[in-house]
Amino acid sequence: MSDTETSAHISADENGAADMMDPNAGPAVEMRGVNKWFGEFHVLRDINLNVRRGERIVVCGPSGSGKSTMIRCINRLEEHQKGDIIVDGIELTNDLKKIDEIRREVGMVFQHFNLFPHLTILENCTLAPIWVRKMPKREAEEAAMHYLERVKIPEQANKYPGQLSGGQQQRVAIARALCMNPRIMLFDEPTSALDPEMIKEVLDVMVDLAKSGMTMLVVTHEMGFARQVANRVIFMDAGQIVEQNEPEQFFTNPQHDRTKLFLSQILH
Amino acid sequence: MSDIQSETDLVYVRDEMLSQSPPPHRESGPVGWLRKNLFSSLSNTVLTLIALYVIWIVVPPLIDFALVQAVWSGDSRDVCTTINQGGIQPNGWFGACWPYVKDYFAQFIYGRYPVEERWRVNIVFVLFVIGVVPLLVPTAPFKSINLIYMAVVFPVAALLLLTGGHMEFESMIGIGRELAPLGSGLDFWIEYALLTLVVLGIAYAWARGTGAPAGGLLKLVLTMMLALAAVIFVLSLDLGLEFVPTSIWGGLLVTLVIAITGIAASLPLGVVLALGRRSDMPIVRFACVVFIEFWRGVPLITVLFMSSVMLPLFLPEGVSFDKLLRALIGVALFSAAYMAEVIRGGLQAIPKGQYEGADAVGLAYWQKMRLIILPQALTLVIPGIVNTFIGLFKDTTLVLIIGLFDFLGQIQSSFTDPSWSTPVQATTAYFFAACVYWIFCFSMSRYSIFTENRLRTGHAR
Repeated sequence: MSDTETSAHISADENGAADMMDPNAGPAVEMRGVNKWFGEFHVLRDINLNVRRGERIVVCGPSGSGKSTMIRCINRLEEHQKGDIIVDGIELTNDLKKIDEIRREVGMVFQHFNLFPHLTILENCTLAPIWVRKMPKREAEEAAMHYLERVKIPEQANKYPGQLSGGQQQRVAIARALCMNPRIMLFDEPTSALDPEMIKEVLDVMVDLAKSGMTMLVVTHEMGFARQVANRVIFMDAGQIVEQNEPEQFFTNPQHDRTKLFLSQILH
Repeated sequence: MSDIQSETDLVYVRDEMLSQSPPPHRESGPVGWLRKNLFSSLSNTVLTLIALYVIWIVVPPLIDFALVQAVWSGDSRDVCTTINQGGIQPNGWFGACWPYVKDYFAQFIYGRYPVEERWRVNIVFVLFVIGVVPLLVPTAPFKSINLIYMAVVFPVAALLLLTGGHMEFESMIGIGRELAPLGSGLDFWIEYALLTLVVLGIAYAWARGTGAPAGGLLKLVLTMMLALAAVIFVLSLDLGLEFVPTSIWGGLLVTLVIAITGIAASLPLGVVLALGRRSDMPIVRFACVVFIEFWRGVPLITVLFMSSVMLPLFLPEGVSFDKLLRALIGVALFSAAYMAEVIRGGLQAIPKGQYEGADAVGLAYWQKMRLIILPQALTLVIPGIVNTFIGLFKDTTLVLIIGLFDFLGQIQSSFTDPSWSTPVQATTAYFFAACVYWIFCFSMSRYSIFTENRLRTGHAR
């Protein structure tokens, strides 16, 4: 586990992204000795992770390794049972107020989009700003249109999610999360449920978002994406962080045997 | 030639286009429709023929009875009886006796409501239609004002008009009588104030127990208690209307009062119970389960009997609840339990992702339920909800056994009148009752289909 502490020394990224790092601010996300069980099954074992502001982390690993569970703990979709999670300076406890506060600052994109099918695309995007941020409807709609343009589907604003393709829906889901103006974005296998032709349009949007300096935690198997935008790649297996490194090192020179095996299977 | 190639070679490029095939059988036009829908296969043809035969043996006699042979005017039983029975119709005649229905029509609608006060009932009917029609038309404007009208203004106005107001509210437990100066009429209000304090105390304890902010909850409870006090005050006003006790209400009026109150109360109650049954809080969940299982476990007749026969035994002497009110509460709670289970079915059909999506954007519990989960869950179970409504509407006839004369009860009680007593009287009356019930239930059914189609947004995924 000691290698998880080395996270503070990652070289500057090669993409020319705006460096959002503020030396005075604490980490965006801090996980200390986090453990979680599903019944008897120990899904997360002593997870230690520091995410700096503006950092982009890709999490990969075999299925069942706990990577989704880990990022779902960050906005309390899953409850951790041991250890501390501090998000944006707020410690996650059972306090509903703090959970709501954190969820306002953390956007999430799901594998299956989870758009609200009974609302139009625009309503999907404006709902949370209006009800959670108490933003006036007009303002929320303007902001939503701005983000829909950014994900390149403003013309679909008045359609329902069921009328859109998977890739379009996922881009709406990203816009919906961005409408809350989050400081941190979590992506839980955002391209795994998409046809190969649609993966690129979603990844393009994510690359664009990364360039803007957003703090991102991405669970994905898109290694091209990891190479292009990640500051750090984390490999998980059996509920533990097995190895983490900057992408070049991680792909060309994996240290742990388990990582080597995994990479040999997914990089053909 | 190219087809053979395609089986043997890996590389295949079509060099010969397929020729056109003849079109399939016509499926449009009357003949096409018949072929497609009624005679598409041997078994369908047989079923069609059987159905036609059943229609043939049922419908013509019905039309013959209700329209062809029917008597349309007259003023005594003579026009609806055969010569052998002492009337003017030829022997063997069998037709509907509409003059009897016409004669009794007002009673079927109002029961024994005093004739000179029936305009009040008519105003209530008109007020209801004014409120409910724009509410049911999705494109009608001012939905929120309309909703307030139907939820607050109309019930109070209807209660005032139907009963006449000027109700006397008395001390229930005697504390008020001890405290208030004799004859001041304050005994009720003192007890009401005490009750308000108790409720506020419970709400405060609840808020402390669950860690929710107490201020908002207390304000809500206080507002509700004040609103209820305002309603009670309005009802105790003397508007110069004659008091009409509910015991002489009857006919369609009672049917509609029970059905509409039941429908209006059971949906929100059902939603709360369904959410409660899926709650994370064990006490809330337990209470909801007990409530639902209790009301589902007893027949409605038992509920009505208990409320009219047993309940007075447990109440202190001198305290009596209105019989209609008891039936209303019984029917509302009974159907709320069924409604809760229908809605719970809808809640269970909503994928977990919807809850997570709502959580992830930061919606609080009630926002999540109101904006995301319930709209979808209720849309899914519209058929079940309307099913419960229709069942409730028809079950109102059971109040007859506790001595309330609803539409059907009023019809049955008219059988005792010797001036219209004929062999066709009951058949005519039940035919009429069936038609009226069918119109109400069928309208609800059609409206539910309309709503389902309107709310379909190309869901899936």
